[in-house]
Amino acid sequence: MADTAISVAAPDAVHEEAGLFGFTRAQALAFGVLVAFVLVSPFFLYPVFLMKVLCFALFACAFNLLIGYVGLLSFGHAAFFGMGGYIAGHTAKVWGLTPEIAIIGGGAVGAVLGLGIGWLAIRRSGIYFAMITLAMAQMVYFFCLQAPFTGGEDGIQQIPRGRLFGLIPLDTDFTLYWLVAAIFLGGFLLVHRVVHSPFGQVMKAVRENEPRATSLGYRTDDYKLLAFVLSAGLAGVAGGTKAMVFGIATLTDVHWNMSGEVVLMTLVGGLGTVFGPVVGAAVIVTMQNYLAEFGAWVTVIQGVIFVACVLAFRRGVVGEIGNLLKVRL
Amino acid sequence: MVDTILETEGLTKEFRGFAAVSDVRLEVARGSIHGLIGPNGAGKTTCFNLLTKFLPPTRGVIRYDGRDITGLKPAEVARLGLVRSFQISAVFPHLTVLENVRLALQRRRGGSFDFWRSEGLLKQFDDRAMALLEDVGLTGYARLTAGQLPYGRKRALEIATTLALDPVMMLLDEPTAGMTHEDVDRIVALVKRVAAGRTVLLVEHNLKVVEGLCDTITVLTRGRVLAQGDYATVSRNPEVQAAYLGTDPAIAGSTQHA
Ligand SMILES: Nc1ncnc2c1ncn2[C@@H]1O[C@H](COP(=O)(O)OP(=O)(O)OP(=O)(O)O)[C@@H](O)[C@H]1O
Ligand SMILES: [Mg+2]
Repeated sequence: MADTAISVAAPDAVHEEAGLFGFTRAQALAFGVLVAFVLVSPFFLYPVFLMKVLCFALFACAFNLLIGYVGLLSFGHAAFFGMGGYIAGHTAKVWGLTPEIAIIGGGAVGAVLGLGIGWLAIRRSGIYFAMITLAMAQMVYFFCLQAPFTGGEDGIQQIPRGRLFGLIPLDTDFTLYWLVAAIFLGGFLLVHRVVHSPFGQVMKAVRENEPRATSLGYRTDDYKLLAFVLSAGLAGVAGGTKAMVFGIATLTDVHWNMSGEVVLMTLVGGLGTVFGPVVGAAVIVTMQNYLAEFGAWVTVIQGVIFVACVLAFRRGVVGEIGNLLKVRL
Repeated sequence: MVDTILETEGLTKEFRGFAAVSDVRLEVARGSIHGLIGPNGAGKTTCFNLLTKFLPPTRGVIRYDGRDITGLKPAEVARLGLVRSFQISAVFPHLTVLENVRLALQRRRGGSFDFWRSEGLLKQFDDRAMALLEDVGLTGYARLTAGQLPYGRKRALEIATTLALDPVMMLLDEPTAGMTHEDVDRIVALVKRVAAGRTVLLVEHNLKVVEGLCDTITVLTRGRVLAQGDYATVSRNPEVQAAYLGTDPAIAGSTQHA
């Protein structure tokens, strides 16, 4: 192979230099569009619906951090999302603490739970990893079913939104929306930072070739565990925020169905893309809202979309667009 | 007395009763290029996996630099400066060529658990990474993703990445496999150059390469050490000839003159 071999690489294949905050130009543009949408949409669309989208988008971003950048398929992320909701609900309702503390509490407990479940799961890889996370999440589900503080079948109802920092009342949906939007954008940027940090480099190396990363002297388990904890913590924040929005925390959010839904959202949007999970969450939540009248058929329709995505758009919506435009999104 | 950097005693690995490596005694002299050869399935890669702790041995002891490393984890062994490459090309395919090398240099920071920091911090390693890439003739490829490189270049990238750790001892598993002639020559020259001040343990099927590079050779067949010595001694050994006869005319041919 002579030196001329370099000509095989088309210019578009050349890695684009990342600029501001690790965003490439295309990503910075897409981020601008996202921020604009977040700022403008509550004036046109129903804020509760938008808040639901943002909560799930954050949840999917957290999940994508693991599957997309470390290559770990967790099938138990509902545990962190649902538990985050219960903790936030309990903190706000029973202890009467402010909403930001409730949500942070949800995130903290999600992270601690992630430390335990992650510590067990990272000992295995591939399908076994997924099975352990699923099994552990089922245990969390049964715990939530039995534990007195979760309210069993009823869940925690009428969680007060309270006052942000004890000052700003969040009673109107429009006010609460700005808090949710800030949490979402903060979480989104955090995920992006993690991916584009020195830690993120090692994370990607583990995804690409774990034995090689080990042979370079990285204790890969430690990196996987930290990624798991970060992902679980963010999922807890997303769940806690959702509980504050709807005023309820129920078994639905810890059920394995929810673990499947976040997989679906991420796949539909585009695994391992920065914006994919957001788009995927928007698509799925919108669909669920507008197809609600079809009842049980929603599940079937979702299933069909899932299969279609796997077969036709392997890269997901954002992944396919990126591929068409030859940019990383 | 020879200064031994790596030695094994009774090293054995059984896979469900099948001994892939059995009772291997290996002594690698510090600063030497030591060849490990043998027919397919002889247990060479398994030996590498044992030495770098990617597999736990069934029996036996491994000593590196005077200390028993039999119980260590693979990342620990790498941190002691005993670094391996892989038989199947091992790059990080979706990362750039520069990032591949930088990941090795990044190890100098100790752990990289700072997820809140910008990766811009890693630019401090760019100059060193570019110098290493220049060494292996990959300067023009730095910004490509590693997966796009032709095979020979990938192997060169692996060597650059391994070198970036400044290893005390390198274990190279068939670095020239699947390469064209020019690439082989370049890798041979490179190994020769970087071996200065280090120890190299080399698995290689290309006996020309072995003859040109290695100070000492250990021949393995069916998991056992068949012979050990310099190229002339080993190639004169009738058992080695029998093991290789028909499989590689190069050694059979060269031994006829001996
Ligand atoms: N994980 C494993 N489980 C079971 N058997 C194995 C395993 N790894 C290797 N073996 C067997 O051990 C023997 C030695 O394999 P090894 O890969 O070490 O040979 P090698 O000398 O590197 O051969 P090659 O020149 O083809 O690379 C082979 O028979 C192989 O099938
Ligand atoms: Mg081998």
